[in-house]
Amino acid sequence: MELLVFSILAGLALAGAIGVILARNPVYSALGLLLGLSAVAGLFVVLWAEFIAVVQLMVYAGGVLVLFLFVIMLVDLEQRGLDTDAGRIGPQPSPGWRVAAAMLGILFTVFVGALLLQEPAREVPGAGALDAVLRGGGGGGALGNLEHVGQLLYTSYLVPFELASVLLLVAMIGAVVLAHRER
Amino acid sequence: MQTFLEAFLVPAIQAVVVVLLMLLAVAYITLLERKVIAFMQVRIGPNRVGPRGLLQPIADVVKLLLKEDIVPAKADRFVFWLAPILVTMTAIAALAVIPWAGTDATLHVLGYEIRPVITDVNVGIIYVLSISSIGVFGIVLGGWASHSKYPLLGGLRSAAQMISYEVPLGLAIIGALMIAETASTVKIVEWQARHTWLFWLQPVGVLLFYIAGVAENNRAPFDLPEAESELVAGFHTEYSGMKFAFFFLGEYISMIVVSALVVTIYFGGWLPITFGLGYLVPAIPAALSGAWGGPGVHLAFGVFWFALKTFLVLYVYLWLRATFPRYRYDQLMEVGWKFMIPVSLAWILFTGVALLAFDALAA
Repeated sequence: MELLVFSILAGLALAGAIGVILARNPVYSALGLLLGLSAVAGLFVVLWAEFIAVVQLMVYAGGVLVLFLFVIMLVDLEQRGLDTDAGRIGPQPSPGWRVAAAMLGILFTVFVGALLLQEPAREVPGAGALDAVLRGGGGGGALGNLEHVGQLLYTSYLVPFELASVLLLVAMIGAVVLAHRER
Repeated sequence: MQTFLEAFLVPAIQAVVVVLLMLLAVAYITLLERKVIAFMQVRIGPNRVGPRGLLQPIADVVKLLLKEDIVPAKADRFVFWLAPILVTMTAIAALAVIPWAGTDATLHVLGYEIRPVITDVNVGIIYVLSISSIGVFGIVLGGWASHSKYPLLGGLRSAAQMISYEVPLGLAIIGALMIAETASTVKIVEWQARHTWLFWLQPVGVLLFYIAGVAENNRAPFDLPEAESELVAGFHTEYSGMKFAFFFLGEYISMIVVSALVVTIYFGGWLPITFGLGYLVPAIPAALSGAWGGPGVHLAFGVFWFALKTFLVLYVYLWLRATFPRYRYDQLMEVGWKFMIPVSLAWILFTGVALLAFDALAA
């Protein structure tokens, strides 16, 4: 049962990812990404990580992707009027670039594969406890997903968490400075 | 096999029942909307089809079903078809975690356990928010696929508006979640059964949530994506027949979802209307929720109170539409970013400090 659901979701995620790169129309690429992200959210549910699944949908699909779409639609407007029949945006990449991109892609896959095939990952602080919660189900006064992620974020991972938020703040200020024009 | 059927068959039947009820509810909300606005603005309203116009929604449905389905020649056919489906699908999916009665209303039919909620996940409230954030795609894509300038502008507007108001929508409920210490729709009502309506503890939260919810649904006074005086009909200008009906359906079901969520989080869901004071004299809420009867009675009372409260919150939507003029676009953004978000952040801080102070006093 689990295998069946996993296969369907993984297939959808792959189909979405392939759709992103093969689609000629950028809006279809965004749709492919939506499919891929939603399927990954489904995979998180299969892993009993429903909080991560929901956040995946809210942040990536609901936030980031909508902004992508927004930009794609605006770029469309400026570059090609309302013409959606034309092919890709921008000039075609030269064969050299294509080969280089393919090489980098293969190299990356090999690296990730090698990492995954190595002995089980290093002990991550808190991972054991989280694992126990996920496997043990909610029974026996165990904390749910949401509570546990929250606790880990504010204990074991407090510094990275705060650093990430500072990083985002810096990015946001940068965007405001870039976008702001004196009138 | 039994567990498989229980895991899939029971929720499937529940879902079908809920969706059919919602379709009927939407049909009659449209009638109610026209009647209420007619009443508030001293007009007559629909009164010809059936007694007092009660069959008007049925006539509307038949009309929409039979209407020619026009697709603009230069439209992107696939996306044009997909957009209204996305809007309706996400709105319906959000209904899955709304509880319409307490767990004591669990029925046992033919050995199957039927709980009065399709599914109770421990991130229920966040699930609704995430699903509703997918609904934006339908409107944006619908505007884009129509290949026409007003729909495109409407789509762009709605993308900006819905992203902006999703932030206060999410921030507004954090205070309530902090107090109840759960994000499950069932547990938050159970907390309110033990204590009091979260409305009394989170008056600012409920206000922010409702305003952001109205904006998220593109309803007046935040209906800029379909502002008829500027954009003809915004993102759905080119839509007709059943595809238009699906946009319509999505919008109205979303209204019901937001109202149901307001009731669940802040007004005690299926609990009887005792204004959150039920804990003073427990016999009163017990009597009003049918404590003397079996699960069937509990279910009937729970659904009654839940539906009544949801209806009252829904009424405010119509009230807003009848009485408020539409925001200008820059005002809309200003209210969202410069008022709603700072206030909701400050409210979270205040709630946190209050909780800590309360704990310190209690200890």
